Amino acid sequence: MERITTLDTRNLCESAKNGGCGECQTSCQSACKTSCGIANQQCENEE
Amino acid sequence: MVHQYKLNGFNIVIDICSGSIHAVDEVAYDIIAMYKDKTEDEILTEILSKYSDREDVTEEDVRLCISDIAALENAGKLFTPDTFEPEADRFKAKSGNIIKALCLHVAHTCNLNCGYCFASQGNYHGDRGLMSFEVGKRALDFLVENSGNRTNLEVDFFGGEPLMNWDVVKELVMYARSIEKEAGKNFRFTLTTNGVLIDDEVIEFSNKEMHNVVLSLDGRKEIHDAVRVDYAGNGSWDRIVPKFQEFVKKRGNREYYMRGTFTHANPDFTKDINVMLDLGFNKLSMEPVVCAPEDSAALTQEDMPVVLEQYELLAKDMLEKEKEGRPYTFYHYMIDLKGGPCIYKRISGCGSGTEYMAVTPWGDLYPCHQFVGDEKFRLGNVFDGVTNNDIREDFRSCNVYARPECKDCWAKLYCSGGCAANAYHATGSIRGIYKYGCELFKKRMECAIMMQVAKELGK
Repeated sequence: MERITTLDTRNLCESAKNGGCGECQTSCQSACKTSCGIANQQCENEE
Repeated sequence: MVHQYKLNGFNIVIDICSGSIHAVDEVAYDIIAMYKDKTEDEILTEILSKYSDREDVTEEDVRLCISDIAALENAGKLFTPDTFEPEADRFKAKSGNIIKALCLHVAHTCNLNCGYCFASQGNYHGDRGLMSFEVGKRALDFLVENSGNRTNLEVDFFGGEPLMNWDVVKELVMYARSIEKEAGKNFRFTLTTNGVLIDDEVIEFSNKEMHNVVLSLDGRKEIHDAVRVDYAGNGSWDRIVPKFQEFVKKRGNREYYMRGTFTHANPDFTKDINVMLDLGFNKLSMEPVVCAPEDSAALTQEDMPVVLEQYELLAKDMLEKEKEGRPYTFYHYMIDLKGGPCIYKRISGCGSGTEYMAVTPWGDLYPCHQFVGDEKFRLGNVFDGVTNNDIREDFRSCNVYARPECKDCWAKLYCSGGCAANAYHATGSIRGIYKYGCELFKKRMECAIMMQVAKELGK
């Protein structure tokens, strides 16, 4: 039986090839100002 | 590296280096936990023994599950090796000396006297003062000049209380708008305010020009008013809540955050979240207080389990409310698994001291707002540029792999090694870690990912 469901996620290894455009938001800037989390940032590179 | 956890009835497996997330049943969960240390036959024996009362757990089925796991490994979705470390310095160096975001401290003064203020009631342990238009204009020019090929430039009007220098804020926005097209830039402004001076004109201007507004409210009136007081000691809740409601109502779909701080006085912060919801706000952020451990507001070890439970309660409540058609967002639970940050961002972090700097009312540059006032971190000023290159290089070389304690942490590519200021204040080094914050962060990520799993499986 199917015991594993894999969610559709961005492949981080692949993102090393075309990432790094730097256009995404500075993570601390948007709301928290007192911690660092980058998981909630949107990628601005639509390619 | 793999992280496995159980939350809210889900068994979740995160493959850290590929970013893959798997929702599994308990049999697969156990097999994955053994997969790297035991042979197939050993796994089979253990699983069949543990689940001897389950008809669906057969030898054929367990072997099939093991082969599925092997397939995921071969596809780079499970047990993916960490190959990023040798590239980490290059990733962050890729930005060169580009600066793309400034936190403009337009007012080192405040009309509130909040007990927990990390900015020392707005003056950052220094003189009170307001930024002049000339200094602000120079800061914006400095940003454009140093932004290289970046299009989106972020400017946060911060303080102290920025509305105490509102005319200059407006002039700076207008100035930026007058130069952005020719410069090929797009300014995104944020206003962070305590709300006291909000009026119709502030609302109208901000809703037109501010990409985001961050409104400070701690939730329950008694919690808020115990800390967020004016200089006469009067709480501010009654004065600001109607203004925030008006502000948000007129803001439509534009971005805002109702941002609260929780302290030792309210580790049960979901009660404050509920108050915010009842007031009609639905884009929320609640942050653990940042202060010295000896401060009475500081979260204690005894508070930790309470806070961790609150994060779980919050995640479950958000899922419930979404089902009921009353969704709300929590800043730290926003996670886009398909369109989230690339590995460069995940290794580099917030960009403090390199892409992101804070500017004092007098034009001095610091790595971020939390370092302002600490002279040894002064990078330079907006007139002469960055002159303290040692500090800039120190921040540039500070990435997730520069922090020894992060090496084996499953959350390292979600937090990028954490906040440099928190690390510095906790350990004396920007390469340290703020362990208390780490524990809260990891729980938040587990909750955020659990919510994604719940939504996926609920489809």
